Amino acid sequence: MQIFHHSTNTISRVSIYGAAFILALLGGVLYAIELSPIYTRVNEAREQPVPFSHKHHAGELGIDCRYCHTTVEKSSFAGIPPTQTCMTCHSQIWTKAPMLEPVRASYRDDKSIAWTRVNALPDFVYFDHSIHISKGVGCTTCHGQVAEMPLTWKANTLYMDWCLECHRDPAKYVRPKSEVFDPGYVTPANQLELGARLVKEYKIHSLTNCSTCHR
Amino acid sequence: MDPEGFQSPIESTSAHPIIEPGYTLGTVTDKISSIVLGRGTSKGWLFGFAIAFSLLMLLNFTVGYLLVKGVGIWGINIPVGWGFAIVNFVWWIGIGHAGTLISAILLLLRQQWRTSINRFAEAMTLFAVACAGMFPLLHMGRPWLFFWLMPYPNPMWLWPQFRSPLVWDVFAVSTYATVSLLFWFVGLVPDLATLRDRAQNRAAKIIYGILAMGWRGSAVHWSRYETASILLAGLATPLVVSVHTVVSFDFSVAQVAGWHTTIFPPYFVAGAIYSGFAMVMTLAIPIRKFYNLEDFITMRHLGNMAKVMLATGLIVAYGYMMETFMAFYSGNPFDRFLIINRMISGPYRYFYWMLIACNIVIPQIMWSRKVRNNVAILFVVSLIVNVGMWLERFVIVVISLHRDFLPSSWGMYYPTRWDWATYVGTIGLFLTLLFLFIRFLPVISIYEMRSLVEETDEEKPKK
Repeated sequence: MQIFHHSTNTISRVSIYGAAFILALLGGVLYAIELSPIYTRVNEAREQPVPFSHKHHAGELGIDCRYCHTTVEKSSFAGIPPTQTCMTCHSQIWTKAPMLEPVRASYRDDKSIAWTRVNALPDFVYFDHSIHISKGVGCTTCHGQVAEMPLTWKANTLYMDWCLECHRDPAKYVRPKSEVFDPGYVTPANQLELGARLVKEYKIHSLTNCSTCHR
Repeated sequence: MDPEGFQSPIESTSAHPIIEPGYTLGTVTDKISSIVLGRGTSKGWLFGFAIAFSLLMLLNFTVGYLLVKGVGIWGINIPVGWGFAIVNFVWWIGIGHAGTLISAILLLLRQQWRTSINRFAEAMTLFAVACAGMFPLLHMGRPWLFFWLMPYPNPMWLWPQFRSPLVWDVFAVSTYATVSLLFWFVGLVPDLATLRDRAQNRAAKIIYGILAMGWRGSAVHWSRYETASILLAGLATPLVVSVHTVVSFDFSVAQVAGWHTTIFPPYFVAGAIYSGFAMVMTLAIPIRKFYNLEDFITMRHLGNMAKVMLATGLIVAYGYMMETFMAFYSGNPFDRFLIINRMISGPYRYFYWMLIACNIVIPQIMWSRKVRNNVAILFVVSLIVNVGMWLERFVIVVISLHRDFLPSSWGMYYPTRWDWATYVGTIGLFLTLLFLFIRFLPVISIYEMRSLVEETDEEKPKK
């Protein structure tokens, strides 16, 4: 008795040749997922306990980044403002706004607001805000157009290839130190030329040694 | 297999034939395929399998615990960062080399005596590589990230460090595993078809049928098959030399005294073949006994393997001599200290002398024809060589590391129970696979034995 139908020949040939393509496709799909917002959460506006709008505060009102993120020039961590910083204004304006009740509660009870972190690096990465600021890397270079975000989202993957893109050739991204905190800064047409000059002037080394970031 | 029927004059005058007389094409097929299809599951097989399988479970347990706890459960620490894991890796990967040598180089050299041992020697290669491959991965600490060793597009923009021999290892061992698997499987196809045709129950027919991949034994099939085996043999031949050469680079590229030696590649390759033939012997002797295959695996095979072991063993002995000689000839104080520490004054000196006894002194009894004809002694000698080759890797790894360049960095290495459990566990994995192989696949290549019967018949005058 014949166990295998004669179509088995075709099926086995297709599956053997196909296996290579199926495996390649599977790898490709996994890689695409790793790069896609499904996994990276890039461009995904994140829920917060209070719907704080960078668009309103940094964009429309023009408050300087450093008014809240006070340690960005001196420390590795830019700093999340304490509720007191909010209350410098909101004890005077919008004092009855229901939207701000969690802020007033936090102030009353002396309990921090539990913000949802949007940009987080893994613990095995040593990252320092202050050195980037002082060498002419603008806030928006990494954090995107913050002044246009009603709710904050991550503008970049923060993957290592993204870090290395600048670390290998900083001239593409560096701006004059005076413009670092300008949320509306537009990359000039002669960026490469300007960047090359600034890299020299600010003595920027393209640091791509493993132990620069993985200490 | 061999249209020209080349026979060396030595073979025809030898006392023992490569197959005992009186077999026809049919009886050869019956005898080998009945091990799989006719015998059923015997009590002896079950007993052996149970032991092997429980050791495999021990491996599962230790690896599980290792993944939870990390490599700290092993005895490794600075200065001895490479303990049992690397010793066992080199030991296992070396054992595999005999299978490749038998199946590839001896095929190209048209050595007919390879026919009846090549199938299980190849299987042994495959299982040994499987055991070997586990150790470097487990030693990495985070084995689930093993794919970082491969160059593939990734969001870290990272490539492996191509200047490191450890990366060459990845390519050498994975190529070795792939080619060995292909070679073994391609060799099995005609025999799987035989099993398919002879199988009685439906499940066996279907499984062997799928594995036989539609083999019908037509002239076109055979012609393509010949081409494929010769091509694969050609691919596998350089691997006999290259894999253990690359493994030796893991050591010789480093500056550690005792490792930084140019003699390592050839002496590692010879040692690999030495240990591999010892393992083939260790497996062949019980298999031929329990499955009554003395007519196929004759004293001629065992004698030839003993001779290969003598030859490779002497190359290894030359390697040991050169290491010692160069340490003094070079005038390097660190090398000199290492040798004195290894041979005379160090805490591990007994291991060195045990190694010399196991690998160099005891195997010399195989020069005697009487010993080569005594199965029991050959079995014991093969076990001793297996132990000796393991000790060699222990001596290379541990003795070279435990005395660092600065006396303040000296230390000792004591394997923990987890080290032993992992090692014994991989022996369990190896034996489990081997038992399954013996039960479900033909241990001797049926079709090659058939062609051997034909050729040996042609030689004799018609009865």
